Amino acid sequence: MSQTPPPRKSFIVRNPSVLYFLAALALFTVFVAVMSEATGTGLISTSFVKTLGKTLCFCLIAIAMDVVWGYCGILSLGHFAFFGIGGYAIGMWLMYARTELIVAQSLAGQVIPPTQQEVTDAIGKQIFGVVGSSDFPAIWMFADSLFMQLAIVVLVPGLLALVFGWLAFRSRVTGVYLSILTQAMTLALALYLFQNDSGLRGNNGLSGLQNIPGFADSGQDVISLVFFLASAAALALGYVVFAWITDSKLGNIIQAIRDDESRVRFLGYHVESYKLFVFTITAIVAGIAGALYYPQAGIINPAEVAPIASIYLAVWVAIGGRGRLYGAVIGAALVSLLSSWFTGGGAPDIDLGFYKIQWVDWWLVLLGVTFALVTLFAPKGIGGLFDKLVRKS
Amino acid sequence: MFGAALEDRHRKLSMIRVLLSLVWLVVTVGLAAAQDLQSVLQTHAEEVASPSRNSVSVVLDDLADLGSPQVSVFLEQWAERNIWQDDATSLFYIGAEDGDAIALTDLDSGEQSTAASDGYTQIRPNGGVRRVIGSALVQFQLTDPDPDRRRSALESIGRRADASQLPLLEASLEGEADPDIRARKVQLINFLIARFGEDTADRVVAIESLSSDTSVEARAVLSQILSTSTDVTDGEPSGNIARVLDSSSDPAAFYSELVEADLAPPLVSPGDIRAALEANIVDGRVGGVPIAQLGTDVLRVQAYAALAADGLVPPLVTQADVAATLSSFTFYEDYDEPDPTITDAARATLDTVETRVGLEQTVDLTLDGLSLASIYFLAAIGLAITFGQMGVINMAHGEFIMMGAYTGYVVQLFVPDYTISLMISLPLAFAVTFGAGVAMERLVIRHLYHRPLETLLATFGISIALQQIAKNIFGTQARPLTSPEWLGGALVISDVIQISYIRIAIFVLAIVFLCLLLFILKRTRLGLEVRAVTQNPGMAASMGINPDRINMMTFGLGSGIAGVAGVGIGLYAQVTSEMGANYIVQSFMTVVVGGVGSVFGTLAGAGLIGFLQKGIEWLNPSNTLAAQTYMILFIILFIQFRPKGIVAPKGRAAAD
Amino acid sequence: MNIITKYSLGVTAAFLIAGSAAAQDCADPIKVGVLHSLSGTMAISETTLKDTMELLIAQQNKAGGLLGCEIEAVVVDPASDWPLFAEKARELLTVSDVDVIFGSWTSVSRKSALPVLEELNGLMFYPVQYEGEESSRNVFYTGAAPNQQAIPATDYFLEELGVEKFALLGTDYVYPRTTNNILEQYLIDAGIPEENIFVNYTPFGHSDWSTIVADVVELGADGSQVGVISTINGDANIGFYKELAAAGISADDIPVVAFSVGEEELSGLDTSDLVGHLAAWNYFQSAESEANDEWVAAWKETMGEERVTNDPMEAHYIGFNMWVNAVEEAGTTDVDAVREAMYGQEFPNLTGGTAVMLPNHHLAKPVLIGEITEDGQFDIISQTEEVPGDAWTDFLPESAVLTSDWKDLGCGMYNTETATCVQLTSNY
Repeated sequence: MSQTPPPRKSFIVRNPSVLYFLAALALFTVFVAVMSEATGTGLISTSFVKTLGKTLCFCLIAIAMDVVWGYCGILSLGHFAFFGIGGYAIGMWLMYARTELIVAQSLAGQVIPPTQQEVTDAIGKQIFGVVGSSDFPAIWMFADSLFMQLAIVVLVPGLLALVFGWLAFRSRVTGVYLSILTQAMTLALALYLFQNDSGLRGNNGLSGLQNIPGFADSGQDVISLVFFLASAAALALGYVVFAWITDSKLGNIIQAIRDDESRVRFLGYHVESYKLFVFTITAIVAGIAGALYYPQAGIINPAEVAPIASIYLAVWVAIGGRGRLYGAVIGAALVSLLSSWFTGGGAPDIDLGFYKIQWVDWWLVLLGVTFALVTLFAPKGIGGLFDKLVRKS
Repeated sequence: MFGAALEDRHRKLSMIRVLLSLVWLVVTVGLAAAQDLQSVLQTHAEEVASPSRNSVSVVLDDLADLGSPQVSVFLEQWAERNIWQDDATSLFYIGAEDGDAIALTDLDSGEQSTAASDGYTQIRPNGGVRRVIGSALVQFQLTDPDPDRRRSALESIGRRADASQLPLLEASLEGEADPDIRARKVQLINFLIARFGEDTADRVVAIESLSSDTSVEARAVLSQILSTSTDVTDGEPSGNIARVLDSSSDPAAFYSELVEADLAPPLVSPGDIRAALEANIVDGRVGGVPIAQLGTDVLRVQAYAALAADGLVPPLVTQADVAATLSSFTFYEDYDEPDPTITDAARATLDTVETRVGLEQTVDLTLDGLSLASIYFLAAIGLAITFGQMGVINMAHGEFIMMGAYTGYVVQLFVPDYTISLMISLPLAFAVTFGAGVAMERLVIRHLYHRPLETLLATFGISIALQQIAKNIFGTQARPLTSPEWLGGALVISDVIQISYIRIAIFVLAIVFLCLLLFILKRTRLGLEVRAVTQNPGMAASMGINPDRINMMTFGLGSGIAGVAGVGIGLYAQVTSEMGANYIVQSFMTVVVGGVGSVFGTLAGAGLIGFLQKGIEWLNPSNTLAAQTYMILFIILFIQFRPKGIVAPKGRAAAD
Repeated sequence: MNIITKYSLGVTAAFLIAGSAAAQDCADPIKVGVLHSLSGTMAISETTLKDTMELLIAQQNKAGGLLGCEIEAVVVDPASDWPLFAEKARELLTVSDVDVIFGSWTSVSRKSALPVLEELNGLMFYPVQYEGEESSRNVFYTGAAPNQQAIPATDYFLEELGVEKFALLGTDYVYPRTTNNILEQYLIDAGIPEENIFVNYTPFGHSDWSTIVADVVELGADGSQVGVISTINGDANIGFYKELAAAGISADDIPVVAFSVGEEELSGLDTSDLVGHLAAWNYFQSAESEANDEWVAAWKETMGEERVTNDPMEAHYIGFNMWVNAVEEAGTTDVDAVREAMYGQEFPNLTGGTAVMLPNHHLAKPVLIGEITEDGQFDIISQTEEVPGDAWTDFLPESAVLTSDWKDLGCGMYNTETATCVQLTSNY
């Protein structure tokens, strides 16, 4: 009876799309790097390099969303909260370290050497002066250490997702209920951050994040390119990891859970653990994406975490096509770039004679209607169309 | 003397005005033997033109001395901002502006004239001055035949009571014919006796009579009798002592009071130490410590102590010093009222009153909670139908609320009478959103019944489109939706318990919809069919029910109710394109917490959330945002432990 | 902004305002960046300012342009999205090469654009009242600092209305928080005990005001005169005033002075119940001066009869005219030269009197207190002399020692105690 199964083909052979994707991304990255201001050609402005870098971060969180929703069937409306937490964690270090340099400089001129307390007070006054306070809240206790804050970027979203997911999956909260619950979590986080007393500067959030401490001399053209490259690398890595996960046996079970949770449970799998794993690992990736995004955006504030952002994330993935990673990338890149093109006045107004359609006003209407149409008539999104083309050829 | 004052007064004026005034003064003094109103006003021209609360009494005193009947007329007109000043002559007139012209009335003679309003400036006493003027008018108005004037005099006493009003008020009581005004006068006399009465026994009686009165006014009377001031002594405290304070509870604050009173040496702050050290550097060292080592507090204190020992700086005040100093003093509060019988009576009465107030506050909070719950219920009930009965997640539900509110606004544009427009807007809002709901069901939802989770996505798309369309049509500015006169104001049970009529109306609306919905679902054919389709569409269809039609009707009904809710919400809050988005998350939570598929569940959910929010707000009144955060956290936890909500569905319906 | 009015306006993108003056010998026209949100939550307030800038630029072009050149407005839309303010500011300065930017409304949007302005040495005029505690080399603050709005209004409450207990109600964000912190300290210094100050913060767009109004009424239970200082923002005011009116609280019982309620905000309300409540600003449309009559007439002619003018518009009016004069004085639009020429610039403000630009980048402006009237306007009942704007408040111990003087000290955050410049960039 012993029949050895045929040897599995290698991962790459089974998933040629990963290779295509990596090649395309590499080409694109090289192109942007050469065209950027940092290398002297300057055909792509620094602000556009930043926009592209941020778009790559959106693509990264979009593939995470795709894994949790498209593959595992959990419509999480909370992944932007993890994205925001990542941003806040890195922002705390950026603000602290930058202010520390300024304070050290201003205290250096004094006759008597400053005490540690005086230095901390001065930093606190600088950071929290805008919100009428000067004491460091407890959550800033590791802000002076880049290593600790980087750990927080991974740990806090991970732990939050673990605890939240454990509670929710254990109670068999599924489907719509889970969506609403994750949305409530996002809302609670946003409301908490909106409070001035939260210790994260309330509505003002953390700003000036594009100024990287210690790199004051390198211009934004260089910094923006470095972050662009880092975002591209993170996206590439994330893509490979998720492609590998979804391709493995684990991935099969995850997709089986999406298709029929009860059946998988009856087969003896501990469904909750698989869901928890997917929920947590995607939350961590979302946190990393956020930590890369906000130093490029320059400012993070609670409005970024508002529930609507997470719904938009779902919109991107749905338009791009669920259940295929490159679909999520296409959706996120296309919708976010189109969005800034339309609202940035890039799209020409359409004069109907009796009424002039200005895209600043009508872009959201177009997006909303398109989205409803995609949901109705192309549930597989752009990725689905892509599949059809590939199969035909 | 007159000359000197005159000179002083005119120093600031221009030469022309001086000359003019002199001429005018000569004329008036020559013509009229007694001083008239205008001349008194002219001696205080600047103060009359731009009066200030603290200095206006000079004018009022002089006017009172004048005693002419025109004075009260002038004061009234002054407070009403009907006095105008001629820019050229600085004379005052009663004026009524009419376009570019102004009708003037001479203050003394009553002579009428008209002039161009350009050369005149309206005198605008501010609220504080008007209140002082009101007090000055009391003596004239208390016995005025016009009841409105008498009322305004009483209002004035209520706002600014003083001892001199007591005899006036008592004298006016006799001739008072109007029973309401009379009762108010008796009440105010009682308040005034309690505060300013001569006889202790009378005062105690008056004070004790307030024990059942929870009005803000009555409590103010008691509190003012009990007003205290803080004092400190190193001996035994004397006077009518309210309480002795414990200075160890907050040593820093009490010590700083001593420092302020020059009873103790000031504390030396780290900043002071630093400055002292900087000022006393000798050869790179301070008090023997090298500068480079002064980066720690311990060495800084050590260096400072060395300086203090040399007498170069005041000695450091240690914690022990502070404690020792504080223990040698007694801090206490003593009553401004010297008589302990009065203060004891007032204290006992106030305690009784406050117990009642506490009780009434609980009632008021309950009413507020009830009102909030009814608003949540109204916002969520439509959702309970579409979500609960049909399993459709309608993210555009909030936009239906918004559409209802804008319908109300548009109706008001065409129908100026608020009552009639409200009567029109309620059914119209229902019709509009019913139509919108049916259209959405036909065009979108219908295709997604087998993919319920995706209704969330599709309706979200519609929601952002609708919101933006509303913005394009109505703008982002909030639009006014004004409630009719009879819904203005509040039902006042006492000064503590009151609730605005508009909230009562929303509550009634919620009840009506609850009953209506229960009736439709349980007692009509439509309801029967809705329930049938909910439980088993296939079976229902085979029984001759058309599920398509039922789904359409159900969705329309849920949307229509949202529209009516929009009108209600718009009446008490703002109408903006984003108002729906503010309610959508809350509404979903209401439905989920309550238990899907049950009207009573939604009711329970709304009640829980409404009362909970008010409760948390009461615990932390200074931060409403925190209250909302905690509430959502509670809901998240609640759902973990009761995933199906308060009223959990049973049987088949339970399996989604 | 409804469809009809929007239709008559050109929005978005860079476009040219054709004036009547012929642009002679100008290789590039002088470019003025306008960085105001035209969409999103802040559009309602900021679109008005974009229109103001276009009107001002058109007027200036009609009067012969600047340095013989046509002025061109470069309008971008940061869409009420705070990170976009940084992105668009960078675009304006590097891609469009503007000479000056007029823009921003919320503090967070200004703080978002600040690092970019300082990095690229741009110049921005910020027209809205704000919480102070900032002075950037690259920003001129033409709106009110706390001592030009909050403090005089509080003085008015203390002295003129004899208020003894204060309710400081605000929306939970930076401007109310900082303003209330300053006011709390100011009131304590003025002898108001801490327990007589009630502070409450509510979220944006809050609508459930009954409990808070009841709390305020309850403050009067000890017989004190109660006054409300409101830093409630935007829409939330509507529910608040409706609830006040429903509770039958008149301005005589409990006066309310608001710092964020102007003519625009009142147009969304039936003001009959609010008559007598107060607002403090540096400008009201009802101000009586010839310049104001002209300005209001020009505004209504361009925008429609029903449109009102407000305080931030006056700030842009003064700021733009000062900038024009400074450029003419300097003979160039070079940022550093213009900055030098700005100090001491004088321009008549619309309420009579003269605004002066101080070396701390703030204006000296008069403070007006107005009572709301039935027609949604304000009756000006008090007007002070020009008050110099103070970047660092004197009422908080940490910032009392700080001063800003870009002219002589060359520092926006100068510690007078240690006589050192704390930092040259600003504290974003």
